[in-house]
Amino acid sequence: MSGASGMIIIGAGECGVRAAFALREEGYGGPVTLIGAEPHLPYERPPLSKGAAAGAQKIIAGESRYDEAGITLRRATRVERIEANRRQVALSDGTTHAYDKLLIATGAQARRFPGMEAARTLRSLDDAEAILAAFRPGARLAVVGGGFIGLELAATARERHVDVTVIEAADRLMARIVPAALAAMFEARHRAEGVALLLSATVASVGEEGVVLADGRHVEADLVVAGVGAAPDTQLAEQAGLAVGDGILVDHRLQTADASIFAAGDCCNFPYRGGRVRLESWRCAQDQGTHAARAMLGADEAFSRTPWFWSDQYDLGLQVAGLPDPARPFIRRDLAGGALILFQLGDDGALLSASGAGPGNAVAKQISIAEKMIQRAVPVSAGQLADTGTNLKSLLKG
Amino acid sequence: MSEWIDACAVDDVEEEDLIRFDHEGRTFAIYRSHENAFYATDGLCTHEHVHLADGLVMDHIIECPKHNGRFDYRSGEARGAPACVKLKTYPVQVKSDRVLIDIA
Repeated sequence: MSGASGMIIIGAGECGVRAAFALREEGYGGPVTLIGAEPHLPYERPPLSKGAAAGAQKIIAGESRYDEAGITLRRATRVERIEANRRQVALSDGTTHAYDKLLIATGAQARRFPGMEAARTLRSLDDAEAILAAFRPGARLAVVGGGFIGLELAATARERHVDVTVIEAADRLMARIVPAALAAMFEARHRAEGVALLLSATVASVGEEGVVLADGRHVEADLVVAGVGAAPDTQLAEQAGLAVGDGILVDHRLQTADASIFAAGDCCNFPYRGGRVRLESWRCAQDQGTHAARAMLGADEAFSRTPWFWSDQYDLGLQVAGLPDPARPFIRRDLAGGALILFQLGDDGALLSASGAGPGNAVAKQISIAEKMIQRAVPVSAGQLADTGTNLKSLLKG
Repeated sequence: MSEWIDACAVDDVEEEDLIRFDHEGRTFAIYRSHENAFYATDGLCTHEHVHLADGLVMDHIIECPKHNGRFDYRSGEARGAPACVKLKTYPVQVKSDRVLIDIA
């Protein structure tokens, strides 16, 4: 065992970095160690699928900010195991380090389904660099999966004059979280940009020549990228005996069953509105990082921030606040310039979700208002939501 | 040295809102507070090149339309991650229903 114990954070992504700084912002004066497996200075992942090339990546904080905050950043370092009974972690360099409190913020890893083993995935800066290097005019890209990452990558590729085919198993795009009417806007746009969209198409295998579909069709490609979701990185937690079920199970404070261990970000499964969810969201990773830091210092507050997602494809921007429920009706509000917002009301007469899309950031203001309305459970009627004459911001102030 | 330029009419900006103002390759944001006072800042978020004019103003806070970075538009001070760099502010005066800003 080496060094004084303090706070250890496993995972130097958006969540872990935010937690490290939040510990200091909350006044914690003991040692803070942030451990990341990648060699790079922690960087933002969302730009990767949006074409941020090598050298243009966006770091979360410059090296000097870690020094100034007294955060020990261990890069290119893996945690081999958590020894919960001794409250210490064993690292890939052979050392062990004791902790008072531990935060697991290991994120998620790209998923591949059987037959897709030969496909590339996009999760890290190194992944993005390898993929973008293949984006030459006339190159052929096959994207498996019509979700955010796959479609953002398709848009990036078209902007670089790459031939793109998107293969999606569902009968529409972004079916997991985005309402059909908005997904249709993106579908039309991708087709207009020359993307070949194969919907209701299942992959049988991926090989040197491209993709073979279950119905026997071949999609020839120089590069195949699978964007079919991510699986939470729970290996360390499982080995440590922590409960896992689509993510590391945490309570309202983001604490695991071990009072010294917390989990936050893409790797955790947390209570939300009477159920449990796991989110893969940049904003949630930040919010939970901040929350976990406070909880590690003893705060007893429930994490209750409203989920928020976004996607950029070409010059179309999508934003979602709350979690849309496919079983509930949508209330439509048309904005100027072809932008559209779809709201859902909950049983409590307050807003449940708001999903919007339009050129650039045309829906941002309304979605931000909606996010606050969801958070504060502001009562609102379907008529008010649909009527563009109703100033939603004034309801917020009500 | 001052360089006052005419940015917009008073009525171009609604109360507790902002507009974008471009001038000679630079972009600014002009704010009208809920107390009917005018302010000006750089037009782009310090976190990423996003026009603040698409963002929401609540009280004296402008929220970036993209990543929830928040600034007090009177001082330019950043009010929470991911924004940590201050937003540049500019002096403002209102003359004959026109909003002038000093971009020097």
